[in-house]
This record gives sequence, structure tokens and C-alpha cells, in this order.
Amino acid sequence: MQKQEPLLSVRELSVAFKMRDCVLTAVDGVSFDLDRSQRLGLVGESGAGKSVTGFAIINLVSRPGYISGGQVFFEGRDLATFSEEEMRNIRGNRISMIFQDPMMTLNPVLTIGQQMIETLKAHRHISKHEAEKLALSKLQKVAIPSPEKRLTQYPHEFSGGMRQRIVIAIALLTSPSLIIADEPTTALDVTIQADIMELLLKLCEEEEMALLLITHDLAVVSQVAERIAVMYAGRIAELGSTEAIVNTPQHPYTQGLLKALPQKVERRKRLNQIPGNMPSLQERPPGCAFYDRCELRGEICHREIPRLEEKNGGLVACHMVKDAAGKEEK
Amino acid sequence: MFAFIIRRITQAIFVMLVISVIGFAIKQSVGDPVREITGISVSVAERDALRDKLGLNDPFPVQWFRFVKGALHGDLGNSFKYKRPAVQVILSKAPATLELVLTTSILVVLLSIPIGIYAAIHSKSWWARLAMGGSIIGVSIPVFLTAILLIYVFAVWLQWLPSFGRGELVEIFPGWKSGFFTWSGLAHLFLPTISLTSIMLPLFIRLIRAEMTETLQTEYVKYARARGLKENRILYVHAFKNTLLPVITVGGVQLGTLIAFTILTETVFQWGGMGSMFIKAVEDADTSLMVAYLVFVGLIFVVVNTVVDVIYGYVNPMIRTGGGK
Repeated sequence: MQKQEPLLSVRELSVAFKMRDCVLTAVDGVSFDLDRSQRLGLVGESGAGKSVTGFAIINLVSRPGYISGGQVFFEGRDLATFSEEEMRNIRGNRISMIFQDPMMTLNPVLTIGQQMIETLKAHRHISKHEAEKLALSKLQKVAIPSPEKRLTQYPHEFSGGMRQRIVIAIALLTSPSLIIADEPTTALDVTIQADIMELLLKLCEEEEMALLLITHDLAVVSQVAERIAVMYAGRIAELGSTEAIVNTPQHPYTQGLLKALPQKVERRKRLNQIPGNMPSLQERPPGCAFYDRCELRGEICHREIPRLEEKNGGLVACHMVKDAAGKEEK
Repeated sequence: MFAFIIRRITQAIFVMLVISVIGFAIKQSVGDPVREITGISVSVAERDALRDKLGLNDPFPVQWFRFVKGALHGDLGNSFKYKRPAVQVILSKAPATLELVLTTSILVVLLSIPIGIYAAIHSKSWWARLAMGGSIIGVSIPVFLTAILLIYVFAVWLQWLPSFGRGELVEIFPGWKSGFFTWSGLAHLFLPTISLTSIMLPLFIRLIRAEMTETLQTEYVKYARARGLKENRILYVHAFKNTLLPVITVGGVQLGTLIAFTILTETVFQWGGMGSMFIKAVEDADTSLMVAYLVFVGLIFVVVNTVVDVIYGYVNPMIRTGGGK
């Protein structure tokens, strides 16, 4: 490895959806880096473009969506230059994905064993026996009891939490260097959520895997991720260390999100909320997307899209945030 | 799995009993066998005596019980017209119908699966649109019209293929005369098979396309892609296996319908099978033969569907364990 280059480097990534009479931009110039064994949380509300960003990294945006701009560098190589076959060999091999709803992600008519073995066989020459042995060891890693028996069972014979453990075990099979987890605990019981998150965190540390955790849950992400990127309306509003985001948020949207968390409010007082809704894809304003809901908004915010710039040690996309180092915004 | 099969067979027996009640009730109300047997020149007293002898004055349940008892021994009564046991008549006609249904089913399976899958994957291509458009025409034209058109084009105009009958037959084992083993037999099979296929094929192409399209949009297919599986495995194992489930169910029902559709096709092509036999039995008011046909076809229907259910159980793991659900 020459010069600490990031494992994953996303540069001005844009994803658009081609509709019948217009093109809608769901992700608009998103950039971030993720180092080896580092954990980055991608936070935002529904429709902010976080899941689409995750899928765009492995070039699996469902039609009619397509990557309309930008680059994704993985281990220093531009994924856009990869052939379909090379890309296939990255997916599930170097980059594993964990989906949101474990009830829907495993194929109901194939056994757990079949689905684990086929994943291995898709990426390396391995005998069935070897593959089975590896599958067993990974099932043990995610604390599935009596894995030998479990290999021959079908998904419907498992609970939701168990299925998500299996999905994690499948993600581990090929020892990837990056796991993209798209809301991995959202569909689970609250009591199981913490177990799964803890397991994921432990495994990422043990196996030295990087994690891109996509979630709407700031509380979850702040326990797991070292850095957080807050997305709003297809763009990154703020990116910084977890500590900085949680304790000294700079962007008015991030501040609003944190104020809305229940534990920060006195009892019997209504929860704080940010007035209004995120603008939908069709009605993105010409300037800052947060303009309509912002308390700090100024005249420039209506005209010009704020760029993600370094201010006070973090990256913020807001015209109104002043850099304490004295560098005035234009 | 064993318990599941037993459960299915018990259900099948129950269904057969219901069919026999309905069939037998029809026999009771459609005509008077005594009049069929005796004609008009027999006195009322003699008729009553005969009726007594035949057991026709017994209450309905007693008669039905006797009918079922006979049926279990393979006796579904005598055909008035053929003066032979109805079962014998049906069995002599069955091979013709079953051969027609078999070739049609094979053709439908061989064509509908690749065309349906192709149309689902390349939904925008011209071939797929052609197949979809063609299938609408296929379902819309009634089978007898297709049959007559085929006869006109291939038998009358081009004179390539024969238009009626089964051609030269070979007795492959006692009672089964097959048209599969002579050129003439196969040539005669051609047009009836095509016309019967024309009604079934479009249905299955559309069904497979619709199910496959839906399956391809599921999360587990997307997940399979995210795991970097090869495209062929995603299409033919992950997507197709799930597509098969509803197709198998519909297929079982349609196989029964296919046997029913042969009535029209057989009539047009004068195909000496069960279908044209049934039409004749209706014309001749041969009630015993009609009931025997209904019970026989019902039996085929039930057996086919039971087999299909068992196959379904093998393909769909959720059926196998679900005892109480």
C-alpha cells in the first residue's frame, strides 16, 4: 500500500431517475472518503438519497435510475472503468451488502446452505465441502446455534433477527474489505436491533472491514460509526467525526435533527421538530434545499447551492456557518 | 412430506365422492333408463318389474351407494348405445385423447417457458412485443375457428396434412392403439395438436412472463445481484424457481381444462377420442356413458391435481412444514 489512500472514495456522485417527461436527480454530487477498517454513517430522512448512494457504489441502481455523474474509486481504481464481469466480482466479494428487511432478502425456495455456497462459488474456485466448512465457521461467528442443522433449512424457518445474522454471515463469507449496510436493523424488533448492531460492530473490528452504515437513526449511527455524513435532499449537508456531529453540529439541519431526539427534551414537553418537509425530487429549489425550513437563511441561500466546505474542522454545506479560523464565506 | 401426501390423497378421495354424487344426480334427472332399454311397446307393469329389478325404486342414497360400490370395482354401468360396460367404451377411446393432450402439454411446456422468460427479461424488445401481441390473438380466437382455419390452410389449400381421423395406428399394448409410431399417425396428430396448443400456449406465455417480471423485481433477486452471482444463476435458479410455483398450480388446473377443450377439437377433426364420444353420448341420451365420462374425467382431474400438489410441495419448502397453518 502506497500512501494511505482511502479504501472507498466517492467523488461528485450523482444518480438520476429517468421518468416519462423529465429527469429527476436523487443524488446530487455526493463526495466522501472511507478509509480501511473505518466506519462511516450515512444519515438522512426517507428520500434523502442515502440508499440510492449505497447502491450506486456497487453500480446496482434499479431502473429507471442511473449514475448520471461522478466517480467511485475502490482500492484506488475507478469502478466506472470495470467491465460488467469485473464489477460482478467486486459485488459480494470485495464489497458485501446487507439489506434492510431480512424477511425479503433471502430467497424463500433455497436453503441457507445453498445460498451461502453459491455466494462463495460465484467468486472463487472452491469445492462444495470447503464452501460448507467456511459457511459453518461464519454461521458460528454470528452466533447461530447448531449451524450444521441450520444449513439445510429454509429462510422461513428462521426469525427476522436470525435471518439478519445469516445475511451478515453471508456478507462475511468472502472476507470483504467493505460492507455496505442499508438500514440493517430498521425492520427488526427494538430488542434485537441492539444485538445485531453490536454484532456488526464487533465483526467489523475483528475482521478489519470498513462499514458504510446507511440509516435514518442518529442514535444507532453515533454508537457505531467514527464519522457521520448527514444527507439532505440528495446532497451531503454536513460531514465530520461522530463526536463533532453529535456535540457541535454546524449545519442548521443537523442541529434540528439533534434537537428532535427525545432524550434532549424535558419530560412532558412536546418533542422539537423541524417545521415543514424535505422538498420532493420534483420541487428542489434553485438554492439551498433546506431554505424553506431554515431559521438562519439569508438572501444568498435562495440563489446559490452551498458547497461542502471545510469549516471549524468539519465539512459543512451552509452559507451561514462562519469559519472560526477567520476565512469569511464569499 | 409423507403426512402431506396422505392429507392430499384423503382430500382427493373426498372430492371424488362429491363428483360421483353430482354425476349420479345428473343421471337420475336426465333420462329414464327403463324407457331407453324397453322402448314403448312394453306394459306399465312390466316396466315397474324391470325398474324394481334394476333397483331404480330404491331411495337415492341406496342407489348411490350401489353406484359407488360398482365404481370401486371399475363398473360405471352399461352404455345403452354400445351395449358394453361404459368403462370399456371410455378406455377404448381414452388413448386418442390422452395422446393429443400429452403432445399438446409437451409443446406448451417446451415453448411457453423460454418465450415467457425471454419476454420478461427483454420486455422492450420487438420479439417480446410480437410474442405478447400474438398471444392476445391466440387466446381470443376460439379453438374451433383455429381448427377450421388450420384445416383450410394446411389440408385444403396446401394439402400438406390430413384433416381428420388418427391415421395408421399401432397397438403398443392391449387396448392402447397409438399414433406415435407411424408417419401417418404423427401427420394426423399435427393439426389437432396445433389448434389445441393455440389456446393453451398464450395463457402460459403470459402467466410465466407476468410471474417472472414480478419475481425479477423482488428484494431477493436484487440481493442475489448484490452478492455478485452470475446472471444465469439469478435468472434460472433464483427467479425461475419462484416463478414456477404459481405456474405449477395453474398448470394442474389447465391440464384438466385441456382435456375438456378436446371435446371441440376432437369434434372438428373427427378425432376418435373421449371428447367426441361424449358429444355423441349427449346426442344419443346415453346417460350411463355420460356419467361414466364425467366420473372418469373427474378422476383424471383429481389425480393430476393431487400429483401437482405433491410436486408443488417439493418445490415450495413452506408447504411441507406448514401442517397447522
